Amino acid sequence: MNAHLQPTGSAYFIAKETQKPERHTLSVLVDNEPGVLARVIGLFSGRGYNIESLTVSETEHEQHLSRITIVTRGTAHVLEQIKTQLERIVPVHRVVDLTVRAEELGKGSPLERELVLAKVTGTGEARVEALRLADAFRAKVIDANTEHFIFELTGKTSKIDQFIAIMKPLGLAEICRTGVAAMNRGAQGM
Amino acid sequence: MTEEKAERNEMTGAEMVVQALRDNGVRHLFGYPGGAVLPIYDELFQQDDIQHVLVRHEQGAGHAAEGYARSTGKAGVMLVTSGPGATNAVTALQDALMDSIPLVCITGQVPTTLIGSDAFQECDTVGITRPCTKHNWLVKDVNQLAATIHEAFHVATTGRPGPVVVDIPKDVQFAKGTYVSPQTAPRTSYQPKVQGDLEKVKAAVELMRGAQRPMLYTGGGVVNSGPEACNLLRELVELTGFPITSTLMGLGAYPASAKNWVGMLGMHGTYEANMAMHDCDVMVCLGARFDDRITGRIDAFSPGSKRIHVDIDPSSINKNVHADIGIVGDIAHVLEDMVRLWRAGPKQDKKALHPWWEQIARWRARDSLAYRNSSDVIMPQYAIQRLYELTKDRDVYITTEVGQHQMWAAQHFHFDKPNRWMTSGGLGTMGYGLPAALGVQIAHPDALVVDIAGDASVQMTMQEMSAAVQYEAPIKIFILNNQYMGMVRQWQQLLHGNRLSHSYTEAMPDFVLMAQAFGAHGIRCEKPGELDDAIREMIDVKKPVLFDCRVANLANCFPMIPSGKAHNEMLLPDEATDEAVANAIDAKGRELV
Repeated sequence: MNAHLQPTGSAYFIAKETQKPERHTLSVLVDNEPGVLARVIGLFSGRGYNIESLTVSETEHEQHLSRITIVTRGTAHVLEQIKTQLERIVPVHRVVDLTVRAEELGKGSPLERELVLAKVTGTGEARVEALRLADAFRAKVIDANTEHFIFELTGKTSKIDQFIAIMKPLGLAEICRTGVAAMNRGAQGM
Repeated sequence: MTEEKAERNEMTGAEMVVQALRDNGVRHLFGYPGGAVLPIYDELFQQDDIQHVLVRHEQGAGHAAEGYARSTGKAGVMLVTSGPGATNAVTALQDALMDSIPLVCITGQVPTTLIGSDAFQECDTVGITRPCTKHNWLVKDVNQLAATIHEAFHVATTGRPGPVVVDIPKDVQFAKGTYVSPQTAPRTSYQPKVQGDLEKVKAAVELMRGAQRPMLYTGGGVVNSGPEACNLLRELVELTGFPITSTLMGLGAYPASAKNWVGMLGMHGTYEANMAMHDCDVMVCLGARFDDRITGRIDAFSPGSKRIHVDIDPSSINKNVHADIGIVGDIAHVLEDMVRLWRAGPKQDKKALHPWWEQIARWRARDSLAYRNSSDVIMPQYAIQRLYELTKDRDVYITTEVGQHQMWAAQHFHFDKPNRWMTSGGLGTMGYGLPAALGVQIAHPDALVVDIAGDASVQMTMQEMSAAVQYEAPIKIFILNNQYMGMVRQWQQLLHGNRLSHSYTEAMPDFVLMAQAFGAHGIRCEKPGELDDAIREMIDVKKPVLFDCRVANLANCFPMIPSGKAHNEMLLPDEATDEAVANAIDAKGRELV
């Protein structure tokens, strides 16, 4: 790690980063207790790590375990630090870097899905076009009257982004996204 | 459970706190009462098993508990009230976090029904202390209280030790519930790994066997691991014949009087230690964390070495510096394996290390800790040397504040045993040493406890002299008084064109009169010739002492790795002319320091 870093003139060494940042998806299994989410996101803000997406829900009710899915961006070195720092948090049971795991398993990249609710308002031709495009994306209409639709769509982040971009000129009034839920392909569990 | 037993386990939250402290082996705690902890103070009043030490400020309670913990290896315990009580404890909590000190802090909180209402002396204690503790808890159910306190002790003292906070609302202290004893089954998500991976230890030992220029670099983790780790370290050094250096935090783990000791490393470490780190081919890092004060310029840090890093905290490995072999485990466990594997292997010819030792001897001959003594004024280094010579045959514990005096103490006071050196390394907390000395003295009433202090630092927590007098704790506050914030001034000289902005104390208190005001003993010494007698007086007085040692005002701390330089670019005292000092750091460095 040392040899390629450039010298600066400080005892507080500011490393010139030459590693490329990568996007990784982490699954974090935690005790569902008060403050646990604050501990996790406090670690990210306190140590200057990125959060691109964050999704939390209790997944194992009997054991009160929650699964936190975090999409982050960092160099290999930072990603290793994120994992080991997360593992230091007392209520954290396991941290799995799904992106690394997928590579190990030879499964490409992890399966990632997001859900979006999109409210599109308008009348006339734009309204018809919105419905036609929603159908092409296989979005569901979950609420509608003569002046609006609310569409529900699940898919990869890129697909959701595309859907939102297309709806924008057609009267997109409100968006709510869940953030990424992710797991790896194949028979093995986390 | 029989009915009688059940009845015995039925108690109030406040009773549970005291019982849980008892069951976790607590003999002393440091604290300050207030509205939200009155029920616990009422319980403390009605028992004799646990001695409460009343401090004068909650920060003092924290540092005293830290001093207690560092000098005993046990958890330090503090008890403070809600709101300002808790916020005043924050500095000590962060200090303990950075130096891995087991500290259990119990805070009172406003009643559960008032939480969130901006009640009197309310603050979000678990929110404020979350990033400065290893873990913290708000206990809202009295039936969870005992188990939580037991867990708090477990978390604070195991793995990489650290501070914890248990926040207890006042209504929970009054409520009745069932007490449970300390349980052996820890929570499933917290299981620190103590045994190192044997295959990796084998690989490490093989690497060490092949080393021509090996170096052992040890830190506070060895001291934290305990006396067994320190014994095994001595054995390993004896077996391998390797040179050994240590961080500020690890001083005493290996005896400074032993022949393989090359002195402390880092920014103000010895020339031989830093040069050996720079030129070694195999570095064995035991319980240290490659802090920026240790590594200097990191891209030029020990460029030719293979590195073995042993640490109980997986996040320390590969954090700042790449480790070729990273071993996660407790130092004592890993050292046991290392020593066994080394013994089992082929006998090494220690002669192979002769060229390396000869090189080290050449570096050592530069005598990097030398200074020009004076017969007119007391040189600060001389003061520490005399203090060392006159106390070394006693049962002595040293604490420090933060600054030049701290570095001179580390350079010129020598430690042969662990747990004898209490200093704020990671956070660098001015004001740490005086209350820490109080904590050490409470733990070791018959020992000689000296706080090597600076005139600026000592004023930050001076109020604890009052606590020392109250508890007849004869701590010795040895102030190297140069009228400056010396280290601030040194950096202003190095980095800011000698513009000494606010680093001179124009209204210095009279420390002798101050000692008298506290009911302590004051000594002033201004002449080198009178120093020994004055130190003897300090030792002999059976009272807390403020020793105003007037030292040369403008002395600076060398050797030094200037900002942005590597281990082999140290500024040595004989080279540190005004010009060299002024040019030691380039413009870019000035911006970044």
